[in-house]
Amino acid sequence: MFGYTFQWNQALARLPKMLDGAVVTMEVAVLSMLIGILCAILLTLLRLSGSRSLRAVATGWVEVARNTPALFQIYMAHFGIASFGIHLSPFVSLLIGITFNNAGYLAENFRGALKAIPDTQIRAGRSLGMSQTQAFRYIIVPQMLRISFLPMTNQMVWAVLMTSLGVTVGLNSDLYGVTQDLNALTFRTFELFAIAAVIFYIITKIITLSARLIAARLFRY
Amino acid sequence: MFDTALSSADLIFLAKGAGMTIVVTAISVAIGTVLGIVFGVIRVQLGTVYAAPLTFFLDIFRSVPLLIQLVLANAFMGMVLRLQFSGLTVACMVLSLYTAAYCAEIVRGGIDAVPTTTRRAARSLGMTWGQDMRHIVLPLATRVALPSWIGLALGVMKDSALVYVVQVTELLKSTQILITRLQEPMFLLLICGVFYFVISFPLARFGGYLEKRWSND
Amino acid sequence: MIEIHDVHKSFGQLEVLKGIELTVDKGEVVTIIGGSGSGKSTLLTCINGLEPIASGRIVVDGTEVHAKSTDLNRLRRKIGIVFQQWNAFPHLTVLENVTLAPRKVLGMGKAEAEEIARTQLAHVGLGDKLATYPARLSGGQQQRMAIARALAMSPDYMLFDEVTSALDPQLVGEVLETLKMLAEEGMTMICVTHEMAFARDVSDRVAYFHKGVMAEIGVPDQIFGDPQHPETRKFLASVR
Repeated sequence: MFGYTFQWNQALARLPKMLDGAVVTMEVAVLSMLIGILCAILLTLLRLSGSRSLRAVATGWVEVARNTPALFQIYMAHFGIASFGIHLSPFVSLLIGITFNNAGYLAENFRGALKAIPDTQIRAGRSLGMSQTQAFRYIIVPQMLRISFLPMTNQMVWAVLMTSLGVTVGLNSDLYGVTQDLNALTFRTFELFAIAAVIFYIITKIITLSARLIAARLFRY
Repeated sequence: MFDTALSSADLIFLAKGAGMTIVVTAISVAIGTVLGIVFGVIRVQLGTVYAAPLTFFLDIFRSVPLLIQLVLANAFMGMVLRLQFSGLTVACMVLSLYTAAYCAEIVRGGIDAVPTTTRRAARSLGMTWGQDMRHIVLPLATRVALPSWIGLALGVMKDSALVYVVQVTELLKSTQILITRLQEPMFLLLICGVFYFVISFPLARFGGYLEKRWSND
Repeated sequence: MIEIHDVHKSFGQLEVLKGIELTVDKGEVVTIIGGSGSGKSTLLTCINGLEPIASGRIVVDGTEVHAKSTDLNRLRRKIGIVFQQWNAFPHLTVLENVTLAPRKVLGMGKAEAEEIARTQLAHVGLGDKLATYPARLSGGQQQRMAIARALAMSPDYMLFDEVTSALDPQLVGEVLETLKMLAEEGMTMICVTHEMAFARDVSDRVAYFHKGVMAEIGVPDQIFGDPQHPETRKFLASVR
């Protein structure tokens, strides 16, 4: 039917190497999420703070993250920072770029979640003698976690997909980078990238399914 | 302010890249939206079980990196089918399906947001399925879907930065070419970033405004 | 003892409390009635320091509520308040709703807090709902849970702010029964309410608030039988 002979065996022989790449991909994604969540919490607090300039910085971060391409943000983290004489490794640049993006989107989400919880919840906590911090920690944060859980899962999937952009700053140890290098050796472009696609697909499914299981356990109300 | 080697020819080069970004986005969003509406309605009409194959197919576009989708489509067209499609064609084909996959979700969400009771009321007044869809579902679902759709269109514009991989020189690729030549990364990236930002930011704000206004009544 | 001296309070231009004077003794039940916007609910939120006051003093057992040196978190432990909107914590079970504050604020152990919570929940008739989440309770049940939640802190005073106003009519009775029971047990209570029959039955004294002023206060028989202030008469005629 096709004038092209698929050679899956040749590509499949490279599977172990690609799986090693998938591990690096997961490393970047998980790290960028963990640091991203911390940054997002910080950004959310800054946006609530009394200082005008702190609020402006936080809002600037969020808006740039949401209104420019992720690839642009990664370029900034690599070529942009390099113009100050700081030369980061591709891994670190990619990590910074994705973390910046994650933090921006998550901070916007956290803010929405915070707005969705009525003020009267804090009031109820305070009237029981809780401090502001206690009311926040035991009443607001758990409810925020539920509202933000699905968006956080989606962002995690995004983070995994975004790791493929590392190749643009020279990363060749992640799944996409490994696949591209193998392609340069074998020229089995379709087969290799199809396998990479399947691996990415499986990773994202594992993330969404396990998130669903965790949510079912965590949020029984 | 800036001491730059950027010439007017380079600026035209960047403008061409920006033009390409807009062309790719416009074509893909247009085709993708039409497809997405069709897919979305089909999914609702068929129900979860019968729509499963379509759901699975569309989900692939949301679960595989766009970069890989582009490489695969290019390889499939060129190496397997031996068709001489331009990079622009491949880019628009992939981005259209990518848009359609997300758009179908938005359309489905919009239709689902119309209460069954409202639709029953319409049908009980003697409206046909088509009339119900046109006069009841369309206006109500649009209110739910439009803000998300604006977000999607802007998302596609930002993601169109990846079509460089099929040899389409859009804005970010043009910028990168100039960076390599002029060695002024910060300055050039800022120009590029500002372009995306001034298009995306106001529209995103507008989407947020619509969402707020329509969710209040 | 709660002593309220010449308390003034405004929201922007609007003065909602205009020199309130009221003393509530230990074991007393005082009910505040009045039209909407009369300032009666605001007074309650001032008593436990949720709202600041413009001038005057509120003193609870010798502690001035709005003094800078007052530890409000500590003070609020002895003043329970229940609002019109019950504000159940949706992410916690009924039992957890009630144990949260004793554990985190009083530093109680889990077992001890649960013991107290079980007792209080049984007291308000929710002994069989311990593991239920609030979303599955009726408004009346959620409101009773809110009462148990406040009682679990072993407060010396309880403030009730129109606790039946947001309830469906058929659920009002069960909550009023709970309040009545507390009154009979000797709890010191200030209740803002629209339920005149309840005010008449359980109160030691009834106060009528009108436009930020306490127009009249007296024993229920006098207020309902022989109101002195023309506004009180007008109000009572309108609600009858």
